[in-house]
Amino acid sequence: MSRATTDRTGAVDAGRASGTRRGDRATPDHRSDPTPDPTPERGSTMYQLTDVTKTYRRRGEVVRALDGVTLTIPAGQRVAIQGPTGGGKSTLLQVLGALDRPTSGSVTLAGHDLSTARDRELTAVRARQVGFVFQGFNLVPTLSAVENVETAFAAAGVDATDHRRRSLEALDRVGLAERAGHRPGELSGGQQQRVALARALVTEPAVLLADEPTGSLDEATRDEVMDLLEGVHRERGLTLVVVTHDSAVAARAERRLRLAAGRVTEL
Amino acid sequence: MFLTHLRRELAGRRRQTIVVAAGTALAVALVMVVAGVSAGVSSAQASVLQSVYGVGTDLTVTQAAEPGTPGEGAPGERFEFGAGDGTTDDGSTQLSQSTLSVVRGSATFDASVLDTVRGVDGVSAATATLALESTTFTGELPDQQAGGATGGGADGATGGAGAPDASGTAQAPPTGGADGAGGTAFGLDRSTVTGVEAATTDVGPLAGTTLVDGRALTADDAGQPVALLDETYATTAGLAVGDAVTVAGTALEVVGTVASTTADAATASDVWVPLDTAQSLSGLAGQVSSVSVTAASAADVDAVAAALATALPDATVSTQADLAASVSGSLTTAGDLVRSLGTWLSVAVLLAAFALSVLFTVSGVGRRTREFGTLKAIGWTNGRIVRQVAGESLVQGVLGGAVGVALGLVATLVVDAVAPTLSAGAVTAGPGAGGAGGPGGDVPSGGPAGLAEQAASAVTLHLPVTVGIVLLAVGLAVLGGLLAGAVGGWRAARLRPAEALRSVA
Repeated sequence: MSRATTDRTGAVDAGRASGTRRGDRATPDHRSDPTPDPTPERGSTMYQLTDVTKTYRRRGEVVRALDGVTLTIPAGQRVAIQGPTGGGKSTLLQVLGALDRPTSGSVTLAGHDLSTARDRELTAVRARQVGFVFQGFNLVPTLSAVENVETAFAAAGVDATDHRRRSLEALDRVGLAERAGHRPGELSGGQQQRVALARALVTEPAVLLADEPTGSLDEATRDEVMDLLEGVHRERGLTLVVVTHDSAVAARAERRLRLAAGRVTEL
Repeated sequence: MFLTHLRRELAGRRRQTIVVAAGTALAVALVMVVAGVSAGVSSAQASVLQSVYGVGTDLTVTQAAEPGTPGEGAPGERFEFGAGDGTTDDGSTQLSQSTLSVVRGSATFDASVLDTVRGVDGVSAATATLALESTTFTGELPDQQAGGATGGGADGATGGAGAPDASGTAQAPPTGGADGAGGTAFGLDRSTVTGVEAATTDVGPLAGTTLVDGRALTADDAGQPVALLDETYATTAGLAVGDAVTVAGTALEVVGTVASTTADAATASDVWVPLDTAQSLSGLAGQVSSVSVTAASAADVDAVAAALATALPDATVSTQADLAASVSGSLTTAGDLVRSLGTWLSVAVLLAAFALSVLFTVSGVGRRTREFGTLKAIGWTNGRIVRQVAGESLVQGVLGGAVGVALGLVATLVVDAVAPTLSAGAVTAGPGAGGAGGPGGDVPSGGPAGLAEQAASAVTLHLPVTVGIVLLAVGLAVLGGLLAGAVGGWRAARLRPAEALRSVA
């Protein structure tokens, strides 16, 4: 294994993660994963969306949240998605995050078709390949910071060894090691979002999806969180997709997309 | 993680945990008490039956008194005193007379029935008994020539045991009239005397007793003037082993005292004597009043009952089930109350507790939409979420169960300590008993109506705490938890992560 493995805490996921980050072609570990591990090199295709449509009914009316979206996101790219409220940003993020299947069209993640995958496969994809950060942090209020990070390990198929140590390391990475025992209610908004970030990254996913990650934060904290996000992006080479209203946040991305009325345009 | 999460959730939502656990606890405790009382009542019924009919008796053979000839005893307990009876001392005459007759409402039949019974297929053991009633009349009259023969009449004036003589008595006394009967006093003392086959101890009424003092009756005692006394009776009468008890004017040596094995009820008789002694004392040679039968196997009881009924067309054959139905009094009322009201109350409270538990769990899942949506988004499987919700409900149920068992135990102990006393009587003579006991119902000494219920006894209600009852309680609590967990888990599993997050947004 390469250098990538040695500085990584999770031995089991090291192959996949190292491949993601450095482009090393490590042998993927398929032992309990129903989906193929994506080991894309930087620049290879991470997401391929082809004519994706997503409709749902709201109060008897059909809402076309995504309307024929065709989009390619290369591995390791830092993408910002902007657009008006109700333009389909969150829906796109849910399709990318294997939370929902498109009504029509196809979505592939590292070559694996998410639009036809079964629920079980989508769950496994979310557990292993995708990390989420939400605007409202979405931490479990009764659990401490480190326990919240550990919930990521409770997901399907993730190896169960040394959770606590890896979770503490993840917290340390976001600068919250000394707050590991605090509950969300005892932490500031910025600290909570950092815990959420540690939770999203602790299983070393290939993709990090962030839905308005700085929407609930003040400017100073926003910059801290964005610095962190960009830091881990640089370190790990993960693909970062950030939905944001904030132009300052969007300006820091490599690529900016606008989503309005379900259609994507490059900015 | 599972346990940590579970612990944190239950501790974090303490009020909900307490309410749900308290509801479950209340229901569980109630079920325990109701089950305990129910078992207690059953065992009290059994102990009454045991004391009356003896352990190991599956069937009894009796014969109803024929209308018009209620028993072999004289109707109305007539006492006849001749002019020379009684002793005169200090200006008053002391009278005393005892009768020994068959218990009112029952009839005697030839002892050869016992052989017939033993000859029936499926009968493993049988024994005959002769249930008698000893009535001792004592009286004191002012000394006068004409007054001697009307003792029964005087009694009749207040009750009617000797009703036909009442008017005669009122006219007869030349001196010391109704208002001036100074020094006149009467007493009526009754006790039950049962003749049993001395050597038979495994079947019959004496089988439900244990020897407290002295020795038991043996085969050698047949025909001898010996007696066993009920411990309570012995204490009341101030008699002990070695003393003599007078039955029908004959002194019998007290060789032992017995008590009911259940200790909750008196034995069926005050005095126990060998069968042939009883027969000779009462002048009922070769007669018995009841045959106790043990069937070879419990499954044969009905068949044996049918065979006995065929072999003895005149007899009344009663099974234990019939006997159980004859246990009357507040014990039965308590039993009925427990079985109807108690059961429905338990079911209602249990359902309410289950509903509460389900409601709280479902509302908890609703409140935790964001949490479960997030956990699903980060890869938790439905199974894992269901396990989490069900686990929390289950622990709440078990907590409630544990508290409920403790509460139930305390409540049971309290009821046990209070030890409510219930009266119970077993009608021994079948349908004829009530009618036969009627005429003299107002006799001050307790009345023949009471005698129809032989061995009417006060039974203390004890609530047993059995492993079965505790397991039932815990099982119900677990069931409640599982039910709530299943419903809550189903709700949580149905949440689609995208919708959960969308609804939160």
